[in-house]
Amino acid sequence: MSNVETYTTPDGRTIGAPVMEMKNITLRFGGVVAIKDISFDIREGEIRAIIGPNGAGKSSMLNVINGFYHPQEGEVLFHGKKRGPLRPYQIAAQGVARTFQNIALFKGMSTLDNIMCGRLTHSKTGMLSHVLWKGKAEREETENREKVEKIIDFLEIQTIRKTPVGRLPYGLQKRVELGRALAAEPSLLLLDEPMAGMNVEEKEDMSRFILDVNDEFGTTIALIEHDMGVVMDIADRVVVMDYGKKIGDGTPAEVQANQDVIDAYLGVAHD
Amino acid sequence: MSAGFYFGVEVFLNGLMAGVMYSLVALGFVLIFKASGIFNYAQGVMALFAAMTLVGFQNGQVPFAHLINTIFGTELHHFGWHLPAFVAILMSLGVMILFAYIVERFILKHLVNQEPIILFMATIGLAYFMEGFGDLMWGSEIKKMDVGIPQGGNLWIEESTAFLGGDGFYGFYLDTLDIYATVIAAILVVSLVVFSKYSKTGRALRAVADDHQAALSVGISLRTIWVIVWAIAGFVALVAGIMWGSKSGVQFSLSLIALKALPVLMLGGFTSIPGAIIGGMIIGVGEKMFEFLIGAPFLGGATENWFAYMLALLFLVFRPQGLFGEKIIERV
Repeated sequence: MSNVETYTTPDGRTIGAPVMEMKNITLRFGGVVAIKDISFDIREGEIRAIIGPNGAGKSSMLNVINGFYHPQEGEVLFHGKKRGPLRPYQIAAQGVARTFQNIALFKGMSTLDNIMCGRLTHSKTGMLSHVLWKGKAEREETENREKVEKIIDFLEIQTIRKTPVGRLPYGLQKRVELGRALAAEPSLLLLDEPMAGMNVEEKEDMSRFILDVNDEFGTTIALIEHDMGVVMDIADRVVVMDYGKKIGDGTPAEVQANQDVIDAYLGVAHD
Repeated sequence: MSAGFYFGVEVFLNGLMAGVMYSLVALGFVLIFKASGIFNYAQGVMALFAAMTLVGFQNGQVPFAHLINTIFGTELHHFGWHLPAFVAILMSLGVMILFAYIVERFILKHLVNQEPIILFMATIGLAYFMEGFGDLMWGSEIKKMDVGIPQGGNLWIEESTAFLGGDGFYGFYLDTLDIYATVIAAILVVSLVVFSKYSKTGRALRAVADDHQAALSVGISLRTIWVIVWAIAGFVALVAGIMWGSKSGVQFSLSLIALKALPVLMLGGFTSIPGAIIGGMIIGVGEKMFEFLIGAPFLGGATENWFAYMLALLFLVFRPQGLFGEKIIERV
């Protein structure tokens, strides 16, 4: 399936050309090999899940995509072009936004300010014009604010817009973090365990938001998730990792039928 | 009302303005601490260095004159011009911005993700380096600073308040320089608060202060932000240097005002810009009033040397984050 240029999902969305291609990525920390010779792609408009047991190297893979880690071997292609060793903020400026496993929000700032920070890559005016607060900077700030308000409505967090996020419950913090990533209008959205530590109801909410983001804005999403049920429900394609290696890649149904994947998740019988 | 009461009011007002002078130094600490979690021990020396540079430019001193003369056997000391204060201030500001860039390039860049204590040690090193470098560049003699801010008692205030008291009262004595300092500090604080709250760069500054990883992930370059923060702190140091330099001359002891900023920070909170000003005023008024009411009559005077630190200690016990510091929120 991954060789097909475009395809249509059962619910009628078109999955296009690769946004991000990982080619033979190997990442080492000293002697420890976190990722070993992995290749896969993320295509326009799809929800791509990366799953695997603890310590499989899923988060490391996300960190490679957004530039926190630089792989020793292999290359990353973004929109078909080879990407050099960029800094994370440069990659963010190219349109890759992300959330974190352990929530990395600006805790002392309000929900509104946090999400406004997500717009920083879209603001072109310099520091001086902001100091003087004139014309262009003001217009830009207003535009950004409108976009942010839309996201706040979309995520149904109007009531907490002025609350410092440090005071919010866990589930809402996750939602604000999603909002901040969305504010960047990313061409690729990376979600590191968006549903970790949530109860069933919160998980359902979050799943709905992820599907809506994909559906309404056409955002390409790559996500890491532990909950197999959720992954099978929302992902278009799944990469399975185990001990830094890729052991499966395909639609949820294909992956579920893969013997290596079943072994990795359930263990192999020793007889 | 008795003359004693009015004298008390005068002490209060003078304390208020002395406090503002402490605040000017504390402000520089807050800026850097907020954005990078670094307690910048060099802030006081930065004020001294900025003041020396300003005086040097104004008087047309040749930088490194002593060094050049020793190596080449020349007799350089002055270019022979006198720059207007305004031009000299702009040039000194340029030097402080360059200084911010150099600090980031050669120190902070190499210490990313280090423990705060390591960064603190680095700023101690920086402080002593700058002290020596400043002396080498501009010479170590005591210099007079004159950027055109009038000094001495304000006659207008004195005359227009003289009617209040009886025979022994001749009006409030307030130093004009202190009044200028108060106005400038107020403008500085308001503009810094507005900048940090409502501008894009200000928002980025607060973001970096809160979480480095998250800041990177939304496209903020830490290094650019650090240069901006240190440049602003350099600007504040220049303002503090001008005020203190005009008041008591440009000399080594200028760098020690940083020590007076410490209790101000403990009162106001290390992360609050308005807190630095309010904290400064409380310390200033507190130490002058304590000396006036209790210190001089009962304790033999000289309480100003330790009062601020005692007050800070009390605050540490009852409100460790200071008056305006960010509340310590801990979700368990």
